[in-house]
Amino acid sequence: MVDKEDLSFKVSQITGVNIRECYQCGKCTAGCPVGERMDLRPSVIMRMLQSEDAALEEEILRSKSIWLCLTCETCYSRCPMELDIPKVFDYLRGKSYSEGKVNSESRDIVSFHKSFLNAVERNGRLHEMSLILDYKIHTWNLFQDVVLAPEMYSKGKLSILPERIKDRKGLARLFKYQFKKRKS
Amino acid sequence: MSKIGVFICHCGENINATVDCARVAKTAGELEGVEYSIDYKYMCSDPGQTLIKQAIKEKGLTGVVVGSCSPRMHEPTFRKACQEAGLNPFMCEMANLREHCSWVHDKNEATTQKAIDLVRTLVEKVKLNKPLYSIKVPVTKTALVIGGGIAGIQASLDIANAGHQVILVEKDPSIGGHMSQLSETFPTLDCSQCILTPRMVEVAQHPNIKLLTYAELEKLEGSIGNFKATIRKKAKSIDENLCNGCGTCTTKCPTKKIPSEFNTGLGTRTAIYVPFPQAVPNKPVIDKENCSYYQKGKCKVCEKVCPTGAIRFDQEDELVEIEVGAVVIATGFNIMQPSEFPEYGYGKYKDVITGLQFERLASASGPTLGEIRRPSDGKIPEKIVFVACAGSRDPAKGIPYCSKICCMYTAKHAMLYQHKVHHGKSYIFYMDIRAAGKNYEEFVRRAIVDDEVNYIRGRVSKIYEENGKLIVRGVDTLLNAKPVEIEADMVVLASAAIANPGAEELAQKMHVSYDSYHFFSEAHPKLKPVETNTAGIFLAGACQAPKDIPETVSQASGAASKAIILFSKDELSRDPLIAVVNRSPAPVFSTCVGCFMCASACPYQAIGEELITNRQGKVIKKVAKVNPGLCQGCGTCVAFCRSKSIDIQGYSNEQMCAEVVALLNND
Repeated sequence: MVDKEDLSFKVSQITGVNIRECYQCGKCTAGCPVGERMDLRPSVIMRMLQSEDAALEEEILRSKSIWLCLTCETCYSRCPMELDIPKVFDYLRGKSYSEGKVNSESRDIVSFHKSFLNAVERNGRLHEMSLILDYKIHTWNLFQDVVLAPEMYSKGKLSILPERIKDRKGLARLFKYQFKKRKS
Repeated sequence: MSKIGVFICHCGENINATVDCARVAKTAGELEGVEYSIDYKYMCSDPGQTLIKQAIKEKGLTGVVVGSCSPRMHEPTFRKACQEAGLNPFMCEMANLREHCSWVHDKNEATTQKAIDLVRTLVEKVKLNKPLYSIKVPVTKTALVIGGGIAGIQASLDIANAGHQVILVEKDPSIGGHMSQLSETFPTLDCSQCILTPRMVEVAQHPNIKLLTYAELEKLEGSIGNFKATIRKKAKSIDENLCNGCGTCTTKCPTKKIPSEFNTGLGTRTAIYVPFPQAVPNKPVIDKENCSYYQKGKCKVCEKVCPTGAIRFDQEDELVEIEVGAVVIATGFNIMQPSEFPEYGYGKYKDVITGLQFERLASASGPTLGEIRRPSDGKIPEKIVFVACAGSRDPAKGIPYCSKICCMYTAKHAMLYQHKVHHGKSYIFYMDIRAAGKNYEEFVRRAIVDDEVNYIRGRVSKIYEENGKLIVRGVDTLLNAKPVEIEADMVVLASAAIANPGAEELAQKMHVSYDSYHFFSEAHPKLKPVETNTAGIFLAGACQAPKDIPETVSQASGAASKAIILFSKDELSRDPLIAVVNRSPAPVFSTCVGCFMCASACPYQAIGEELITNRQGKVIKKVAKVNPGLCQGCGTCVAFCRSKSIDIQGYSNEQMCAEVVALLNND
């Protein structure tokens, strides 16, 4: 119908969330646990998408907010229009990452996501120890939260060796399929 | 010896918060002639009224004073209670302790003292009250409906279908009003003409409705049940009985470039014209101001081509007098011309139009036959901007109120545009979206989500032309007031709904009140929404306040039902508070000397003469006589009477003096 290159159209095509349905009540932002720390709050991002303004779309992809989102889904569960905002953010993160537009202050968060995926790819389960080591190597935050380690270890929260799932081949196929899809 | 009962009402906290009601009752009880005195929280409630009734019966009261709210509020209530207890209702008086005392003063000793004084004066008055009996007047079972828009049409049909006669007066050559100009109607998008024109025809064909188009109310006299209206039938310059509506005259008329009122100036009409093809009646009128014959004395083409010889250049305005029992005012509203906003460029740029003009563009019967084409060059606009609140909610321009219909019609306009121009983009600048009506919110959501209308919250500050585009500047307040600039091809201003230009004058003619915006005032904002403060005159539609079609139709039916209720009785009882000329035993007969100063002073022509004859039939004396059906009890005659022979019943000079003396004897 009109210019279909805009971000909100792509969002609705991929996530099924119709951005136009948002009527700016602000309930998502009001309930967001990290909303206070966001540079662009969830309801503002929705409005920016509605405006179909390329400059604002760029601003969204370069924002910290999309990386601060915890995907806790509080917004989604409370949204009167039942808009799946976490899903929209998920898409925005993917697009921001693949276009190399990740906010410089959010790189650590991206590293954490990577380390998490690496750990899962290796074992099929999360292994905290390797996740932490991987994260620290990549971000050089070597001493972050180190003091917590002894207590966590004593309570059995940190195991030296990972637990692995049986069907590791299937897991490998899954990862291969996903990354192939993303590249195409 | 009078036995008066005094009943002091607390009105919840309204009176008791500032006036010591118990003390007022106690002091009043000590007055001479007061038999019984009591205070109570709500005297108008059932237990309160029972209190009055019991006291009348048990104490044998001869008069009652209720110290409470305004008589406008509850005088009928308390008089009825007295009547039920066997006391003449006019032996009951009210002391206004609320509006005249507690609401306007602080809590102190003086306030309570004033309340006591108010009660005391009324006690003195009641001592002199005489039983009065209401006057019966016949009801003329014909209604006058002023205005032939959807409100007037609905009210006329309802009254006529109830079996009463209706005279429908419309100032334009055709009935239909604003609704006939609309394209589609929210929230269903059904075509306005399709639902309206059958009703217009029904009005024209109804045996109980007499339609007077091109006519205006000149004068209204009388009162509820018996009004006398003078209608000016403006000269149409045609003989309606001969004209068969063939339309030859309108096609042949050489003066063709007159802006059409019906098409809001977007089309033209001839000097002899029918406003629109579906007009009722479908017979032309000559617009004298634009007709060459009337202006220059030459032409008469219409007369030559008329196959029935119906043209009458010598026709003059005609005044007709009609008698009616009730009046329904349904004169509608007008659209503010947004030229008051130079920043919007209306009048400067052809493609900045009003919402009503857009209705004509979108209407199948409009100048573009329903295609959205901009007025300047007839191109289809690719980008269109709608500006809501272009006039409404703007105290600086004297319109602080919300016009109520704009949110919905702007959503509808944008929707119609998207339906007709698929590749187009539409933007609406708004402040709030007020969609409070059945299916209204859903309608607006549909415009936003399904028809992809872009809503931008913020007011437009300026519209100017640049390279053939209209640059609309505003901000998006939902994006931290980000400046927004849209290069539009056309701009539609949702200008404010205002009262009709002649509303004030009309209200004064009919003695109905109007608000500061010249909309007619209802008698009570909640409980009497169709009545005016003049009995027998009712309101329907947007002449009272801006409203949409469903609301207008509901109110019109409400007004009609009020008229029908009035017509359900053969006679009305009126308060007997009218002037009377005194009569006394022979040989004086009356102190009236027959000077008839009163008759010349009476604004209602209610005073005639009476011949007093002896037994042989010889006239002994000529005196004034008041016609109780016409007298409104204004008292002008009383002031004029030199021999003090005329007095108002219930408000006699004697009673007034007693009140004043009571006030002066303050000890």
